[in-house]
Amino acid sequence: MRRFFIIFRRQCKAGVTNFIRNSWLSTAATAIMVVTLSIGLTTLIANMTFSRMIKTITDKIDVSVYLVDNITPKERERFMSELKAQPNVREVNYVSKDRALEIYKDQNKDNLELQNAISQTDNYLPASFQVKTNDPNKIEDIASTINRTPNKKLQSDEPSYSGDRKQAIDRIVSIARFFRIAGVAASAVFAVISILIIFNTIRMAIFNRRDEIEIMKLIGATRGYIRAPFLIEASLYGLIAAGITVAVSYTLLMGQADNIASYVPEVLYTRDFFRDHMWEIGGAMLFLGVMIGILSSSLATKRYLKVYTKSRRRSKT
Amino acid sequence: MILLDRVTKNYGKETTALNRISLHIEPREFVIIVGTSGAGKSTLLKLLTREERPTSGKIVVGGIDYETLKNKDIPLLRRKIGTVFQDFKLLPNRTVFENVAFALEIVGMSNREIRHTVPKVLEIVGLTGKEKNFPSELSGGERQRVAIARAIVRQPKILIADEPTGNLDPKHSWDIVRILEKINHYGTTVILTTHNQDIVNKLQRRVITINHGKIVKDQAKGTYMQS
Repeated sequence: MRRFFIIFRRQCKAGVTNFIRNSWLSTAATAIMVVTLSIGLTTLIANMTFSRMIKTITDKIDVSVYLVDNITPKERERFMSELKAQPNVREVNYVSKDRALEIYKDQNKDNLELQNAISQTDNYLPASFQVKTNDPNKIEDIASTINRTPNKKLQSDEPSYSGDRKQAIDRIVSIARFFRIAGVAASAVFAVISILIIFNTIRMAIFNRRDEIEIMKLIGATRGYIRAPFLIEASLYGLIAAGITVAVSYTLLMGQADNIASYVPEVLYTRDFFRDHMWEIGGAMLFLGVMIGILSSSLATKRYLKVYTKSRRRSKT
Repeated sequence: MILLDRVTKNYGKETTALNRISLHIEPREFVIIVGTSGAGKSTLLKLLTREERPTSGKIVVGGIDYETLKNKDIPLLRRKIGTVFQDFKLLPNRTVFENVAFALEIVGMSNREIRHTVPKVLEIVGLTGKEKNFPSELSGGERQRVAIARAIVRQPKILIADEPTGNLDPKHSWDIVRILEKINHYGTTVILTTHNQDIVNKLQRRVITINHGKIVKDQAKGTYMQS
């Protein structure tokens, strides 16, 4: 056991020493990891903000069902509960004629002429149900309930989800869906590219030191003994790179979110999320950096640690 | 100590580096293997250190039959054999002390023992005072002495030196040979390959001459005449 600890301590020390002595290589590998991890984290931040933006837009999509003036409270209740029973319906708000007028007045409070015109005539605005959905993509299900014959009679006008508005809603929904998929795809592509770049950098770093590995083998070091310092060195690249990435990203996000919010207000949500989950996100990034380092390094050393490597097959006789 | 029985090593179908070589080396012997370039000297040593596998034949070193040797046990075998290479094979990022200490670190020796052992070995090879230098700061002769120190620090029963004087001038070559003689005197079997006629002839040791992959001469106190 004691021997195990002596060897383990030595491997850690060798890893750190190699990191320091190969400073240019360590700096290059760490820098590339910083860039790729930053791209990854930025994509995540952008994706989150964008998803929020899409959610804000789609949340505003609701269906207005305009009711006839002579609807009885009983009929209204029945219609409302039928709508509420739909699985895709999140919320149904009843807007009375008086409330509709209030809203209308409020929306046009700067237009005095219009205000006077309204107050001098009868309230011609209909009462309505404002139906909010869980998934705007499946608005059709609700439309069929609204258009059922007994319900149809209770309506003074076509529901808002019809004609030109229907087209506009459909368009927003399909655009939102496209961007959501595109965001996930872009994140996946960036993640793969990042890992490939990091892997290649570490592979080049190890290629540079293949002779060293060969020498260690000849002196009688086991594969595990040779590999461990390389893994420690590569996990140091990951650890430092992830640390820098998180520090820079947080500083920028916390400092600049207010400025960006004037264009994209949803960034504030992302900022708050990152602030509230600082330790989880930081920890996950460090873990990710270390794992990528270890994985790349163990794959890269594998080739040079074979007992009989190809380069040795032809002997100097 | 070392037994080779009808050992053949082919590279592909065309090249035969060693052709049915049989050889026996006793403990504490000092054996010089000579031959022209391409004769098969280095292949023979690589078979002993298990860098290469024979195409056919039997090799037994220190009681270990290579036929039954598993890949995972190769590092353990190499720890029992000290090896010195023509191109030194020092770790460039480690100091003289660290290069020698590395051979002890891998077997799990404590730092205290290492601090005690390494200076003694460096003294034997005449490198006291150079402990903190990196290989790039040393002359060829000094580098080879570091390599020897690393090879003998574990007190192996066998020391293999593959043309250790190949890159050195005559004075430094003799320094190295003297160290090898000293090690042999302490009880280690030494196998040396060389091109250096002067060294072979003055040493008056067992000389095995290899030509075209075959042993053509094996003399108890041999000489070597380069053609």
